Amino acid sequence: MSTSSAFNDEKGGSSSVGEPEYGHDPASGGIFSSDYKRHDDLKEMLDSNKDSLKLEAMKRIVAMIARGKNASDLFPAVVKNVACKNIEVKKLVYVYLVRYAEEQQDLALLSISTFQRGLKDPNQLIRASALRVLSSIRVTIIVPIMMLAIKEAASDMSPYVRKTAAHAIPKLYSLDPEQKDQLIEVIEKLLADKTTLVAGSVVMAFEEVCPERIDLIHKNYRKLCNLLIDVEEWGQVVIINMLTRYARTQFLNPNINESLLEEGGGGEKTFYASDEDEDEDEEKEKKAEAVTMAKRKPYVMDPDHRLLLRNTKPLLQSRNAAVVMAVAQLYFHLAPKAEIGVIAKALVRLLRSHSEVQYVVLQNVATMTIKRRGMFEPYLKSFYIRSTDPTQIKILKLEVLTNLANETNISTILREFQTYIKSMDKDFVAATIQAIGRCATNIGEVRDTCLNGLVQLLSNRDELVVAESVVVIKKLLQMQPEKHSDIIKHMAKLTDNIQVPMARASILWLIGEYCEHVPKIAPDVLRKMAKSFTNEEDIVKLQIINLAAKLYLTNSKQTKLLTQYVLNLAKYDQNYDIRDRARFIRQLIVPTEKSGALSKYAKKLFLALKPAPVLESPFKDRDHFQLGSLSHLLNAKAGGYQELPDWPEAAPDPSVRNVEVPEWTKCSSREKRKEKKVEKPFYSDSEGESGPTESADSESDSGSGSESGSGSEDSRSGSESDESKEASESEEEEEEEEEDLKKKKKKKNEEKQLKKPVQESESEQSSEEEVRKPERKSKQNKSESESESDEDEESESESSESESEDSEDSEAELKKKKKVAPPKPAFKAAKKENKKEKKEMSLLDLDDFEPAPSPQVTPVNTFLSNSLVTDLEGLSLSDAALMPATIAPSSALKSYELLHRITGEGLSVEYCFSRQPFSPDANMVAVQMHFTNNSTSDTKSLHMEDVKLQSGMRVKEFPEIELLPAGETATAVMGIDFCDSTQAANFQLCTHTRKFFVSIQPPVGELMRPFFMTENEFKKEQGQLMGMNEITEKLTLDVKCRNEHTIVQKVTTAANLSRVPCGSDKECSTPPPPPPPKHPIYRFAGRTVTSSSLVLVTVATKDEGAAQLTVNCEKMVIGTMLVKDILLALTQ
Amino acid sequence: MINSLFLINHSGDIFLEKHWKSVISRSVCDYFFEAKEKAIEPENVPPVLQTPHHYLISIYRDKIFFLSAIQTEVPPLFVIEFLHRVGDTFLDYFGECSETVIKDNVVIVYELLEEMLDNGFPLATESNVLKEMIKPPNILRSVVNTLTGGSHVGDTLPTGQLSNVPWRRAGVKYTNNEAYFDVIEEIDAILDKSGTTVFAEIQGVIEACVRLTGMPDLTLSFMNPRLLDDVSFHPCVRFKRWESERVLSFIPPDGNFTLMTYQVSSQNLVAIPVYVKQNISFLEAGSCGRLDITIGPKQTMGKTVEGLMVTVHMPKAVLSVNLTATQGTHTYDLATKTLVWDIGKLNPQKLPNLRGSLSMQTGVPKPEENPSLNIDLKIQQLAISGLKVSRLDMYGEKYKPFKGVKYLTKAGKFQVRT
Repeated sequence: MSTSSAFNDEKGGSSSVGEPEYGHDPASGGIFSSDYKRHDDLKEMLDSNKDSLKLEAMKRIVAMIARGKNASDLFPAVVKNVACKNIEVKKLVYVYLVRYAEEQQDLALLSISTFQRGLKDPNQLIRASALRVLSSIRVTIIVPIMMLAIKEAASDMSPYVRKTAAHAIPKLYSLDPEQKDQLIEVIEKLLADKTTLVAGSVVMAFEEVCPERIDLIHKNYRKLCNLLIDVEEWGQVVIINMLTRYARTQFLNPNINESLLEEGGGGEKTFYASDEDEDEDEEKEKKAEAVTMAKRKPYVMDPDHRLLLRNTKPLLQSRNAAVVMAVAQLYFHLAPKAEIGVIAKALVRLLRSHSEVQYVVLQNVATMTIKRRGMFEPYLKSFYIRSTDPTQIKILKLEVLTNLANETNISTILREFQTYIKSMDKDFVAATIQAIGRCATNIGEVRDTCLNGLVQLLSNRDELVVAESVVVIKKLLQMQPEKHSDIIKHMAKLTDNIQVPMARASILWLIGEYCEHVPKIAPDVLRKMAKSFTNEEDIVKLQIINLAAKLYLTNSKQTKLLTQYVLNLAKYDQNYDIRDRARFIRQLIVPTEKSGALSKYAKKLFLALKPAPVLESPFKDRDHFQLGSLSHLLNAKAGGYQELPDWPEAAPDPSVRNVEVPEWTKCSSREKRKEKKVEKPFYSDSEGESGPTESADSESDSGSGSESGSGSEDSRSGSESDESKEASESEEEEEEEEEDLKKKKKKKNEEKQLKKPVQESESEQSSEEEVRKPERKSKQNKSESESESDEDEESESESSESESEDSEDSEAELKKKKKVAPPKPAFKAAKKENKKEKKEMSLLDLDDFEPAPSPQVTPVNTFLSNSLVTDLEGLSLSDAALMPATIAPSSALKSYELLHRITGEGLSVEYCFSRQPFSPDANMVAVQMHFTNNSTSDTKSLHMEDVKLQSGMRVKEFPEIELLPAGETATAVMGIDFCDSTQAANFQLCTHTRKFFVSIQPPVGELMRPFFMTENEFKKEQGQLMGMNEITEKLTLDVKCRNEHTIVQKVTTAANLSRVPCGSDKECSTPPPPPPPKHPIYRFAGRTVTSSSLVLVTVATKDEGAAQLTVNCEKMVIGTMLVKDILLALTQ
Repeated sequence: MINSLFLINHSGDIFLEKHWKSVISRSVCDYFFEAKEKAIEPENVPPVLQTPHHYLISIYRDKIFFLSAIQTEVPPLFVIEFLHRVGDTFLDYFGECSETVIKDNVVIVYELLEEMLDNGFPLATESNVLKEMIKPPNILRSVVNTLTGGSHVGDTLPTGQLSNVPWRRAGVKYTNNEAYFDVIEEIDAILDKSGTTVFAEIQGVIEACVRLTGMPDLTLSFMNPRLLDDVSFHPCVRFKRWESERVLSFIPPDGNFTLMTYQVSSQNLVAIPVYVKQNISFLEAGSCGRLDITIGPKQTMGKTVEGLMVTVHMPKAVLSVNLTATQGTHTYDLATKTLVWDIGKLNPQKLPNLRGSLSMQTGVPKPEENPSLNIDLKIQQLAISGLKVSRLDMYGEKYKPFKGVKYLTKAGKFQVRT
């Protein structure tokens, strides 16, 4: 006993320190006995029959453990109580066991049988807790027992026990790494688990045991993506990080075109340069070929890649900073360039969190800003520094600000820096000066301004500031010394005052380097320095020698003696570096018989042109570490870090991710919880149904079981309803521009024909492409008709983006549809019919097959028209909610001139009605003012005065713009309550020198704001606004605006109204080929801003462009004016 | 993942340690103490430190360092976020998170830590689940426990961990069913010398207190959801519903929780409720300075500004102040050089003013920078962004709950540069 306790004392080194501890020295038996005494009462209590005494004893013991005291000698007494009935005593015994079992392996074995019993308990929680403690006891001898228990638990009924099993895996692995193979089997089994409870834990086990076995993920990839949103937050982080790595090995670089361009250029260069190495050349050639091939072939994102991006995006809204960061790094490493922007907002949000979170986030933002500056530019102001921020946060923010600086925002950033320089925090000031230096080197335009600013700092009272400025100025001057001899002179004068060695050294180096620019002062400085040489710091002494040498070479007449003097002083210096330097320099510059050829070149040696230093961010190239990782933060590889692999050159086979039957979707437990969450049932259903549709299209019926790219299919079926609109739209357009398009159509058909045979032989991937193609085509048609020539890449990414959004939105809709839809068999039958039709059509009409109506759309359209017409009405609510987001902002804001450049003496002001809610006062119309200072001088204190208004009108002035520098622009928002009249608001626009009378008169369409109502509500309201309140006008639509899109756009541009979603009498459900049999009616609704009176607009189209415009409004004046405006807009 | 946790107080004593894997000697903390020494201010201790064998990730809250030792790669935010969650849990259980309270409840703390991590990986972090397993202490129960020998460990098995809604415990029952929502907005702003807004945004949070029987499914909708620029949710909120309909649909946790946080960005005009006229100057010659601050209402939407407070961190050279305030009280803490002027309610008829002289250390050059003013204020019954809750609907349960919404506007990081 005594030996074992001694052994423990040694091992449990965490005891000691603080309070006196008995039995510390095992050699002295007396103390040992007192130790025995001390714990005697505890042992007695543990041996007693009373639970309350046991509990008391255990509590004291746990308190000892918590304080880091050694309680190992109580082990035998404690372990006896492992079978205690009292649950709390039991728990505390577990705590004790886990802590000390490793040190008392033999005794710990006594407890094992209890746990083994627990593993068989009917209650899942007891089973789980038994496994948990059993696996936490680090006793090598029970490894086989643990292995067995884990295997058994992995196939337990209860997901909670399975989760515990997943947790136990890394524990066992760390205890005995030889069990790896067996454990991988268990992991593989658990990875196939379909519950969210297990997913996070098993991926964690995977990461710790076998992160290299990426092949285990294939089959579970889609499941993990789909479960992700419901996994608990900690599991989400682990899964996302793992999936980032997975995606890097399995998918193609979405930015391939961009990076290839760079690479391709580089490749060519080497191609010409290295003539000797022919093998390499060939390889290069091949590569170059591949490059051009890849360029020709547009990049298509793997649907699984898209699935990952789509399913992680909502998690940016998580409350857990680690989850947000994980998604952000995933997007940064995996998303196409155009989509990365979404993460910026979420990361900026994290800056409100705890300072530790800020610290980590800012480090990552700093790295991101170097690679992709654009995405954080809109949030520049969020990185402004407060005096209350901790210094380390300030410095990181400064880093981000510097990285964000460019030609357009540099002036604001520099102004911000100016306030920072005055800070009391000197470390921060020094960092700011360095930041200014970096801005100056990066942005040529402001170099002189920065330099001047820094020179002004030289007269600062704080020595640290001056010193730091000197160092930075030195670096800047090195870039263009000839222009700045006066600055060098100024700095030479500073040597009398500045004491900071680094600064003195910098000045001396500058003078020496550019002594030709300051021929008179330089010898004088050397004279002074020679005087004080002995008292200088080493670094300064070295520079004095340096200066002497350079002057001797350029101006030996004046400085010969001085140099000799300095060198003599240095010869006897205490520091051997300085002695060596002196000796070395003397040999070089002073010609003697012995000195060899080198002294001839002394001038070249010393006065060679030195390249200017590059001021670089310390965060450059940090992104080769996975962002958000510990390794990234430390900028060094941490133990266990998994490298982020490079993108593969060719995509590995995507079919490995296919699963036979989508069983996993039956995640029954979640369904209950998220009844309204459509996800799972939606995925499972659509897969069964849209599978055949797809195969029909690609004419390979074999794909019935395969569910290649379930994700994309979902999105397809999800966006169909949206697409149908588009399709019908493009249909109309086509009619009008048939001639233009005819040729193109033919071409496309030809292409189609050519492609047919290939398709059949190709695997799912091609079918996948095929699915996407029609959509792209319709998009293209649209863009063509709008006579916009989008770049290929752009339109592509656009379409994919819209697709993902659509699908998310419409999932909910679809679910609703499903609820009310006729029973499934009928649905399927309809589908099948369509499928047949489809097939026939594509077989027969190969020659004049119209590409525009996308093949998938047709079946669903008919389906919609048949069974869901009525349901659409119910859906319209959610439609309406989407409307404002899509239509209102898209109509370009018209801006009006408030002040012309000439009358404003260089100041020009434009305004537009931003149609945003004016937050300080809901009754006001927001007017966005855009000031441009075209003059050469600054305009100061721009504000409003002397507002003259009609009675009842009110104005909320824009905040005063203190300074508008020459050539700059600024925006401000003011609010005006027009009282529902088109009376102008007159006021004076004042600058520090002048006043201008201006007035803002609103078009009537801006006096209202959108109001959402259903069609039925609309009709009801319209019925109440008849007679005097209704104004009707007949018109002939302009040729160009006879389609839905243009009409809606024209009306919403003319007036701030929202579209009333179309119900039964709108042709969204008609199959595309025949022309619309009925004439659509478009309805728009809004309310006036001040009095909230309803404004209802109806445009009913008729044959040959004829139409009838009806406006119903309580306010007759507004109604009449609105009719005029809309009429003008539609007939123009 | 997380190997060990050490709790360290302000003066550098380790008062609690907990290990989830093999024991790491507490001597590892020496590296941390070294860094702490160097940083001077506790806020400036780097949160992540590298030592020869371990990585130390620490947070500082409520005058306690939570220091975790880690052996392998792990996302630092993962650990930081978890440590804060531990702090939140202590706060939830004991009402405060201080050294004394942790020492007093060391057994409960230990049990909590045991449940929260398994082998260093988070296991149960939802407060509802934890409370089912480990009952928070309260006076009545501790009296009963000492008499009857009962315990604070729940005698029912924690089923919350198994549920599909891990944040809500099962079988909740109340006689009064009520749901309260506090919409709290904070104005973060930087105003420059002339009062121009350099940067302003509104940070909002909706704190909920829901005591409802059974499994209610709530839907909260806003009058003007488009105002919200960026949002983050409690895991209970269904994101898809928000995306498509801009409503918050959720099965609430039981009790208090943060439903969502949001941001109203600077693109919209942020109303600044007060203006500050200030003049602080330090004279070159006579080792003294002058201070004059007036605060007036600017855009208060007709509400009264309350709890107005100005905090100024003076330069080191300021020895004492001799000021008179027309309203409220002012104190000057010599040790931290902080001037606090507690004004209280803002009276628009008679604007509060603080003026007087500052006496400075002689022989020291006058400070370069004027100190910036940090403003604190409160406006009851107003959400400054204009956000309004339009309605709360409940599904899944029959009874009619009592509902309430409260609005409050506060100053967040509201700073006036001088």
